[in-house]
Amino acid sequence: MNTAPLLAIENLNVRFATGDGHVRAVSDLSLSIAPGECLGVVGESGSGKSQTFMAALGLLAENGAARGRAPFHGDDLLTLDEARFSTIRGNKIAMVFQDPMTSLTPHMTIGQQLSEVLVHHRRVSNARAWGDAVAMLKRVQVPDAERRMTMYPHELSGGLRQRVMIAMALLCAPELLIADEPTTALDVTVQAQILDLLREIKETLHTAIVLITHDLGVIAGLADRVAVMYAGRVVESGTADQIFSAPGHPYTRGLLACTPRLDEPATAALSTIPGQPPNLERLPLGCAFAPRCPYVLDACHAGVPPLRPIGGGQMKACIRDDLTVGA
Amino acid sequence: MSGATLLQVRDLKVHFPVRTGGVLFGRYTPLRAVDGVSLDLKAGETLGIVGESGCGKSTLGRAILQLAAATDGAVSWLGRPLKDASGGDLHALRREMQVVFQDPLASLDPRMTAGDIIAEPLCNFHPALSQNERTRRVQDMMAKVGLLPSMINRYPHEFSGGQCQRIGIARAMILKPKLVVCDEPVSALDVSIRAQVVNLLMELQREFGLSLIFISHDLAVVRHISHRVMVLYLGRVMETAARDALYARPLHPYTQALLAAVPIPDPVQQRAKRAVILAGDPPSPLSPPSGCVFRTRCPHATDVCAEKVPQLESAHTDHEVACHHWRRISALD
Repeated sequence: MNTAPLLAIENLNVRFATGDGHVRAVSDLSLSIAPGECLGVVGESGSGKSQTFMAALGLLAENGAARGRAPFHGDDLLTLDEARFSTIRGNKIAMVFQDPMTSLTPHMTIGQQLSEVLVHHRRVSNARAWGDAVAMLKRVQVPDAERRMTMYPHELSGGLRQRVMIAMALLCAPELLIADEPTTALDVTVQAQILDLLREIKETLHTAIVLITHDLGVIAGLADRVAVMYAGRVVESGTADQIFSAPGHPYTRGLLACTPRLDEPATAALSTIPGQPPNLERLPLGCAFAPRCPYVLDACHAGVPPLRPIGGGQMKACIRDDLTVGA
Repeated sequence: MSGATLLQVRDLKVHFPVRTGGVLFGRYTPLRAVDGVSLDLKAGETLGIVGESGCGKSTLGRAILQLAAATDGAVSWLGRPLKDASGGDLHALRREMQVVFQDPLASLDPRMTAGDIIAEPLCNFHPALSQNERTRRVQDMMAKVGLLPSMINRYPHEFSGGQCQRIGIARAMILKPKLVVCDEPVSALDVSIRAQVVNLLMELQREFGLSLIFISHDLAVVRHISHRVMVLYLGRVMETAARDALYARPLHPYTQALLAAVPIPDPVQQRAKRAVILAGDPPSPLSPPSGCVFRTRCPHATDVCAEKVPQLESAHTDHEVACHHWRRISALD
């Protein structure tokens, strides 16, 4: 894709002050999302995948600080004041989080919460907002939409709550939808429904989607491009086909290899990535994956390997060139 | 698996009274968490129990461990019914049955060291052991589960999630039990750590010859670790079979839908597969559908499904299914 990016994140650094020093949650991270594309961001807990986008949306916790740039339609999201931000967040950029129960207000009906968004951002009448909200619930296939509008979040199932969250996110026709582990709290059959809905939204509304997840299976059918994160950095990026069929970084390979797959014969032992994810308070000087890497060289400990092109637009942050596919 | 039958469960029911319809005029409605489950487990065998949230898989595990009271039905251990077991018998039984929970940190006492946590079953059942011998056994077990024995005096918060789960496994294994019930033991762990813990459980099973009941919603992990698999829906068994038969030729429409819904980490396959998505959510266990509990979401349901509860019937050797239409459905493919 050669179009100008919708949102770019440039040299982002996110730090959290802690009792004894600070934690580097995100380091020198650059990403871009083109209009209408789906970017999958994969990583394990602590990889910085959520904090990257929390920083871009001005939603870091009190003790967090972000440096870098995040241009979006001529604004730098990292320097926006709160008044300007509130015209973008929930409007041009919308979010869906993992737990729909804690993201919805428990004492307001679904209808009140949905129409509030339109009244706030679009300045429409209450009646108009109510009608649009019902239409959007139907759009995301909430059965019995009129009746759901008068219900409270606890009266809905987890899958329906997530549909309500997605409806709320789509109300203002955002250009970008950031979905952070949107299916992790859901059962597998309900997860399949939500993934299908996201795919339909992408195809019919041409909304750009950032899908943040720890589950490679979840992004496989949806993402056009994938960024793999480890210890606060992007370690590999490329098209979904490149990442899944020709992963270049040892971490990406390890992650793919240790995920049991239903379409392959069961093996005696799962392949594993040895060791533990790194402690972000004491990151090694060199490649953060080096202590767990089967291909490690002395040079890996010398400095952080930069993200570099390895052909076809694929990039990896690994100094080794001699890793052949399937090795 | 030709071992002796270790555990036998017959028509087990666990119902919880739930007050519905207000405090004054409400009445108690039974929530049928487990509703007539039977199973046999042989020595050295792993039984995977899968299903979505609310299907009763955890309650079944607890009822087997005698941690939840059964409303009806029988659990026998090595041929002895547990219903009439005295307090002393149950105490002895706890040595042979252990459990590993989902949340690795929450299931460890934060004020006890890793060593004390792992040693606690030894203190309960072998109080005569000397301090040195106890420490030796704890450190042996720590090494077996992949923890550094030198970390014996650390507290749970000093360990990562995967290491905490290893502590939980060491605690379950230290008495050399015959059965370990693992309730979603890897669900809270990162992908790269999950494989380590699954491999560890399989190694320990081989080494100690123990039986595992592996409760999980993750069908790919269950396939990896299990010899036999049981599929639950709203407290009832939909299908049970040897592992390969269940995954290669699922007979129940619910099993088929579950397997089809599992995302595969391959863009080409995943983009192509778009159909076979179950509509809706599981119904409330407080008011389960009449007849077959799955019929409200089943693409093959007919009138008979609302009228008659399908009984678990033997379809092939070692393959049972509870569906009125399994013959017709398998003729379709």
